[in-house]
Amino acid sequence: MKLTLKIWRQKSPKDKGRFETYQVEASPHMSFLEMLDVLNEELISKKEEPVTFEHDCREGICGTCGLVINGQPHGPNKGTATCQLHMRFYKDGDIIVIEPYRASAFPALKDLAVDRSAFDRIIQAGGYISVSTGAPQDGNAIPIEKDQAAHAFDAAACIGCGACVAACPNASAMLFVSAKVSHLALLPQGKVEARRRAQAMVKQMDAEGFGMCSNITACEVECPKEISVTNIARLNREYLSASLGSEV
Amino acid sequence: MSWFSNFLTSSIGRKMVMSLTGIFLILFLVVHLVGNLQLLYDDGGEKFNLYAKFMTTNPLIKTTSYLLYAFILIHAVQGWLLWRKNRQARGPQGYAVKTTKSVGTNSFAASNMGWLGTIIFIFLAIHLYQFWLQMKLGHLPMAIYDGQEVKDLYAIVSVAYENVGFVIFYVVSMIVIAFHLLHGFQSAFQTLGINHRKYTPFIKGVGKIYAILIPLGFAIIPVYMYLFH
Repeated sequence: MKLTLKIWRQKSPKDKGRFETYQVEASPHMSFLEMLDVLNEELISKKEEPVTFEHDCREGICGTCGLVINGQPHGPNKGTATCQLHMRFYKDGDIIVIEPYRASAFPALKDLAVDRSAFDRIIQAGGYISVSTGAPQDGNAIPIEKDQAAHAFDAAACIGCGACVAACPNASAMLFVSAKVSHLALLPQGKVEARRRAQAMVKQMDAEGFGMCSNITACEVECPKEISVTNIARLNREYLSASLGSEV
Repeated sequence: MSWFSNFLTSSIGRKMVMSLTGIFLILFLVVHLVGNLQLLYDDGGEKFNLYAKFMTTNPLIKTTSYLLYAFILIHAVQGWLLWRKNRQARGPQGYAVKTTKSVGTNSFAASNMGWLGTIIFIFLAIHLYQFWLQMKLGHLPMAIYDGQEVKDLYAIVSVAYENVGFVIFYVVSMIVIAFHLLHGFQSAFQTLGINHRKYTPFIKGVGKIYAILIPLGFAIIPVYMYLFH
């Protein structure tokens, strides 16, 4: 299949950037990233600069490969990352526009790659539990209800790819932060520091310059892990009780 | 009090201010509509004028009205500040291809709350100048009911609604308010952290009905007065 790609090219963070048009011959069996690999092989053989894009595991769990494909982070399919999008969902002659995430808190680096370390700093602010590590404890030492564990796991499925920020008209990171706060707050191990965590992570989120949640829910639509906005309501509750309540 | 100011200036705190002031304004709309529906009585405005006098003289209502002015301003100013902050967060470079989808809310309304709010604010300025300010400061004709002299607000309302331009302006503004409510009603609850398997579908259902019925009720008044009075 022959495809026309309109790809955002930007030499450096300071470069203004522009769209370049490329023709590529792809097979329907290829993944979207493999199709970009083919394009880059061709560019290299023509002694042109290959397109920079981020990728790592290519099996939908690392959260590295976020691209905005025809206006949708991770492309048109529900609940899949860019690496799980296959060319069989496109037809011969399609025009595909590929852009990087656009958000002030995710500054552009090169071509389709942006700097998402703001998410790392939010995690560093409180997205963990403070326990002495050692030998793993017995699996059933802390009984947790199945439903509770399932909710926590749904939130923990967040791979921190940043598609929520890319999809949000306000570039808000609330879905990401709420997923991280929720998956720990729902478990007994995380409850201990829940108040401090909610406040510290929201403070860092605000400091990074993310926007505010208008409950547009575009984040949930585009999330490759289908994280629900009910987590955002939980974060709002956690933050409210942490701000207005007191430990003692 | 630093914990309180920290809360109010945080992103979530600011959204909660929007939510709480919004809920107050939502409640106000019902009271306002119930009062205004008295314009539909074919009594030359007696019921409406007596109601208008009560609303501008009763101390409890007057106190509440100051709260209302404050909440309108807080909701508008805070909304504008959030809109500006969110634009900065999105950055100068937009997407070449733009799609914003939503689940469980109207995506047009959700993505354009700032613009809808701006139109509502302009509407409010005109609306308040036209009726509220005239009632407070203007020289209104007087009507006499049972020997009691009352400002004839009904007279300027019915004159205004003889003008088809005003009728269209009011109806269009009500459509804008309907869209603002369509997202705002349920969004206010989500912001307060109220998202529940049992109650959220109910809140969303009531929100939709509310967003249609209340503006419709307001819109009927100028249309009816234009056509039948």
